[in-house]
Amino acid sequence: MKNANSKSQNKAVMLYKDFLKTNGGILIALVIMFVFLSFSNQHFFTSNNMANLFNYFTTNCVLAMCMMCVLITGEIDLSISSFVALSGIILCVFLNKGIAFLPALLLTLVIGALVGVVTGTIIAYSGMPSFIVTLAMQGVIRGAAYIISSGARVSSSDKWLFHLTSTRYGGIPLPTIIILIIAVILGFLLYRTSFGKHMYAAGGNREAAIYSGINVKKIVIVTFAISGALACLAGSFVASRVTSGQPAAGAGYEGDAVAAAVLGGTAFTGGRGTVSGVIIGALVIGTLTNGMNLLEINSYWQQICKGLIIMLAVMIDTIKQRRSN
Amino acid sequence: MDNKNYVLKMEHIKKSFYGVNVLKDVSLFLKTGEIQALIGENGAGKSTLMKILGGIYAKDSGEITVNQKAVEIKTPLAARDLRICMVHQEISLVPQLSIADNIFLGSELKRGLFEDKKQMKEKAQEAIDLLEMNVPVTTKVHRLSVAQQQLVEIAKSLVFDARIIVLDEPTAAISEKEAESLFAYLKKLKQEGISIIYISHRLEEIFRLCDSITVMRDGMIVSNKNISETNRDEVIAAMVGRSITDFFGNNHPQGTETILEVKGLSNRYLKNINFTLQQGEILGFAGLVGAGRTELARALFGLDKIDEGKIYLNEKEIKCRTPYEAMECGIGLIPEDRKQSGLFLEKSISYNLTLLVLKEFIRGIRVNGAKRDVIVREYSEKLAIKMAGVHQHCSQLSGGNQQKVVISKWLAYGPKILIMDEPTRGVDVGAKAEIYHLINDLAKAGYSIIMISSELPEIINMSSRIVVMHEGKITGILDSRETNFVQEEIMDYAIGGKIDEECK
Repeated sequence: MKNANSKSQNKAVMLYKDFLKTNGGILIALVIMFVFLSFSNQHFFTSNNMANLFNYFTTNCVLAMCMMCVLITGEIDLSISSFVALSGIILCVFLNKGIAFLPALLLTLVIGALVGVVTGTIIAYSGMPSFIVTLAMQGVIRGAAYIISSGARVSSSDKWLFHLTSTRYGGIPLPTIIILIIAVILGFLLYRTSFGKHMYAAGGNREAAIYSGINVKKIVIVTFAISGALACLAGSFVASRVTSGQPAAGAGYEGDAVAAAVLGGTAFTGGRGTVSGVIIGALVIGTLTNGMNLLEINSYWQQICKGLIIMLAVMIDTIKQRRSN
Repeated sequence: MDNKNYVLKMEHIKKSFYGVNVLKDVSLFLKTGEIQALIGENGAGKSTLMKILGGIYAKDSGEITVNQKAVEIKTPLAARDLRICMVHQEISLVPQLSIADNIFLGSELKRGLFEDKKQMKEKAQEAIDLLEMNVPVTTKVHRLSVAQQQLVEIAKSLVFDARIIVLDEPTAAISEKEAESLFAYLKKLKQEGISIIYISHRLEEIFRLCDSITVMRDGMIVSNKNISETNRDEVIAAMVGRSITDFFGNNHPQGTETILEVKGLSNRYLKNINFTLQQGEILGFAGLVGAGRTELARALFGLDKIDEGKIYLNEKEIKCRTPYEAMECGIGLIPEDRKQSGLFLEKSISYNLTLLVLKEFIRGIRVNGAKRDVIVREYSEKLAIKMAGVHQHCSQLSGGNQQKVVISKWLAYGPKILIMDEPTRGVDVGAKAEIYHLINDLAKAGYSIIMISSELPEIINMSSRIVVMHEGKITGILDSRETNFVQEEIMDYAIGGKIDEECK
């Protein structure tokens, strides 16, 4: 019994070390940012500002998880930002039709998954690069959002829509709790199921995956479905904050999602990425954006800063990879 | 020794990578106008030595003398300035560019700001004419045959007035006839006083072409003799460092009953393929590169479409359209290029080893770690994989150990028929012997093995029967019970010079 205990303890230590090894650098960056901002700005560590920070963080984090999943399988999904708009609008349309909140939300996620299946199927069977297909889908889905909403915002006074992002349990906002649940589910999917291992295989070495009898097409399609559904969840958060669906919502969000995923150690070339890393990556992006706002840095300079930081992170990662080979 | 005769001296060259001594005090001497063969198993250090000569790697210690002058070759350009040219095994031409553009790629002749197209074309044509290649230099390279592309590579060295040319397996991808004319050109170059280092695995052509022969093994030069002073067996023994029987295990296991029968198989690469595979035998597939052996393996494994023909497994017809279906039928494929299609280099040994048998220890989200460890331990011990631990990345393993991981992965899955495409390519001698013995053991244990190999000694000494292919067709099937395998006879079938009546 004691032996088993120490064994599981060993395993925990190993996991912990692994975690530090892959995420150590970015974690230190996060802590430094937090400490610096707390001391340099009195408004930073206030509950109001933290709520602000987490507002932005939650949306970006969910989108970054979408991005992580598709990146792991060796693809990319640029259409997630349009899903944000579409899902907000159809959610509000459903609510206005009198459907209760939970079924309406589930329906929205299912529609997101189905659109993801379409995208994934096109990519898997046509052989076109996902960069192009999802770029095209970005336009298609955004257009659909404008058509459904006739170009205007779709408001809803459903009280649950409002509660989705404003409720707190023990001081923790509901979206953060939802993100933790999703993180656990994704963690199980990626690390503990055959499907997850096959996702890494499909992205790590596509040809070897095919030679190992893995149905790569299926993996790609399902991954895009997951991405679509999660992106719709992010869109529901956005809609909840403004209690309406807006066709222009989420434009450009895919950039921050890629940034968070890559900062968190997801490989752009596929086959590598962790849930914990992505959460930290999203936290870094969130803190950075929030901090620069507080320090009243001009928004144009903010974009330059973000761009450079992402490049730096990828450069460090590239050098690390080259060293280890 | 007459010092003046040597155009190149490499003395006491040492090189190690990450603490592994790849070259241990190697000395090589090349005379003016000499064609010197450099042979050795993969991993013996030939290419490292040549890369040091070509300025791609820096040596750790030792001296290089070119034309009686001590030199440091730090970059490929420095090598070119010393008029040393490399012709690599993999052709490094840009297919979309013309012959002339390829020849001058990276060192274009300039007139002012612009490229001097006219002069480049003229110079390139001169070299191409010298090699008696009847094509205009404006031809795009992708229109050329592999042999012609090889010649373009050689033309490249002529244009830069090379005095030392290193040829790395120039005949690996070309036919006998094309090789024949290549040899004629090489002899012509030799007459012009150009020295050639000729790397090849084909002893026969070495004995016809070269003046001397240098054998490397495990980072050392083990033999250096004039061609007239040595013979085939001596060279092979020097290469492998032991007698051939020990090396291959030499038991030619005999099959019991037919397990797989292929009838009239055709697709875009294959024409009317007929053969049977017996249970427990090693069926060797010989042929030149591009003869269709890998394509046949792909077709059997469901990777390529089959247009016509039938496959019977235990007398029942099977149709495998995907690798997954082939695996369900009990067929496994160990691919030719393990880095490209066999392994996940960035993943651990444990991941690679268990990828095909995840079902055995993962149920839903329940992972039975103990069972996984048992599987990993069983195969890593059985195949004696040398590793720091099961979590080590496969990219850090040597070629031989990587190959053992791929083999273990399939043994864990347990197919009845195992297709091995070039199972010992890029593997060092020691691991080679281990893999040969393993293949023998597998056959003894009842696995039916299809072994594709371009190394004839391997095919001859391992196979129960040999199928020879040429241009997508089977030209001959030889049985060890009926004949002794003769290298020349197999080559005859492989180049299409002889075709069995039954195969027509």
